[in-house]
Amino acid sequence: MKITQISVFLENRKGRLLEVCSVLGANDINIRGMTIAETESFGVLRIVVDKPEAAVQVLKANNFVANITDVIAVEVDDRPGGLAAVLRVLSDNNVNIEYMYGFVEKTGQKALLIFRFEDPARAQEILGKHGIRIVTTKEISEL
Amino acid sequence: MIWNEEFECMGLEDLKNFQSERLRNITSYVYKNCPVYRQKFDAAGIGPDDVRRIEDIVKLPFTTKEDMRDNYPFGLFSVPSRHVSTIHVSSGTTGNPTLVGYTKDDIALWSDVVARALCCAGAEPGDRLQNAYGYGFFTGGLGLHYGAMALGLTVIPISSGQTKRQLKIMQDLQPRILSCTPSYALYIAEEAREMGLDPRQSSWEIGIFGAEPWSEAMRRDIEAELNISATDIYGLSEIIGPGVSQECTYKDGLHVFSDVFYPEIIDPVTNEPVPEGADGELVITTLTKQAIPLIRYRTRDIVSINTAPCRCGRTCPRLSKIKGRTDDMIVVKGINVFPSQIEGVLMEIDGVGHQYQIVVDRKSHGLDEVEVLVEVEESIFSDEVKVLGELQRRIKEQIDAVLSVGAKVTLVEPKTIERSMGKAKRLIDKRIL
Repeated sequence: MKITQISVFLENRKGRLLEVCSVLGANDINIRGMTIAETESFGVLRIVVDKPEAAVQVLKANNFVANITDVIAVEVDDRPGGLAAVLRVLSDNNVNIEYMYGFVEKTGQKALLIFRFEDPARAQEILGKHGIRIVTTKEISEL
Repeated sequence: MIWNEEFECMGLEDLKNFQSERLRNITSYVYKNCPVYRQKFDAAGIGPDDVRRIEDIVKLPFTTKEDMRDNYPFGLFSVPSRHVSTIHVSSGTTGNPTLVGYTKDDIALWSDVVARALCCAGAEPGDRLQNAYGYGFFTGGLGLHYGAMALGLTVIPISSGQTKRQLKIMQDLQPRILSCTPSYALYIAEEAREMGLDPRQSSWEIGIFGAEPWSEAMRRDIEAELNISATDIYGLSEIIGPGVSQECTYKDGLHVFSDVFYPEIIDPVTNEPVPEGADGELVITTLTKQAIPLIRYRTRDIVSINTAPCRCGRTCPRLSKIKGRTDDMIVVKGINVFPSQIEGVLMEIDGVGHQYQIVVDRKSHGLDEVEVLVEVEESIFSDEVKVLGELQRRIKEQIDAVLSVGAKVTLVEPKTIERSMGKAKRLIDKRIL
């Protein structure tokens, strides 16, 4: 099952990330996972939150460019080689990862990772076939 | 159809001979009849006898907008006022307005070139023309009117404004041609939709749009909105009004009627001619006008010229659409840069909006740098950095190709570029020159 990630365009200027987080905080939206990809002049903030629709709405209302992307949250054993095991399955099956990042929280003995795949549907199918658990939107919002 | 086939399709050698003869005549004429020109020529140490061939035109001094204003109202006239049939006045935002006058023959000339222009656009005698250019002091309304009468169109002299009435008249009289400014054409389409009409169902098949610069992107919009063939007409009241040049149905440049309006393209800084195809300031000499003939008038419009004969059969050279104004020009690393060139590039890139700003700065090492700020809109935003990086590179490549000075392209957040109620502030020059 796919979950919703929000991406936000950030100029490389002081206080921009603070501004995003303040807007979300003021609207009672909790960030569950995040990463920033940066270039010389700008960055793209990607976040997973508990209320994605509301988050996009308030960001746009505050003049941020934001859009939503389907990503997949995967449960990985929190032990040496845990991530490697998942990546091996993906690699063996030629599933290409655009980018990935870790989650802020974890559930018990498992770590949560967010994957952005070129072909999310196929990735989901391969992961399911190999018994790798995909976390649902409901679980994310209840974390 | 071609209205004045003799001159519009003349062989280039014959045309040059005509131009040479007409230049000799007009030079003697202004020297004899206009004290301002006599002084100008004397100051430049040149007389009518120094002009033999059209190529000699480069020896003559320029005429500028300031000359028009300084000699307001009648100083540049070459005829006594009793021979002036009519005048037109364009308001100046600073100082004196610009006043131009026409003799009877000038009006005949104007009618002829506008008839040529209408035919270029595809008009045929018997067509109805809804002339939504303003009538009055502005040359657009009456200029089109005279040409349409000469060609044998039925003119509907509705003038500009009253958009609902424009649409009613269109529905009732079914005119085939619409003439107005390109922005008004889009406004009419919008208004039609608001009235519950489908602008694509209008009777207009041909649009003759001018009096303001417009881009290819705007042409696509107008043609899609109104289901019309949108053509560009160019002119300026100092030269005659509309009818200096006009696109034919191939829309590959505006045919300039060079047997009467001789065009030169010069570097606005060095005043030297630029090679064919290069951008420069359009300079026009009126070869046959009587009331106010102008020698080498600096239009301040930036265009390029193409002298190759056109598929339509006309040999008169083609000017590009206006690419900018010399008033907006900045010089970076010795190269002339026009904000409108950058705008042209941005408009061609899908998803890039109308908000941009050009910042020129001189770095500590003494080199000028051009930075183009482009607002990121939702349509171009992606969660993948490589997609945005690719867009940035593409904009840069295309700007570099047009400008030949390296520019840095920076994507900025929406609404960060300062908005203005009037003319947008597109250029910030931070250099202390």
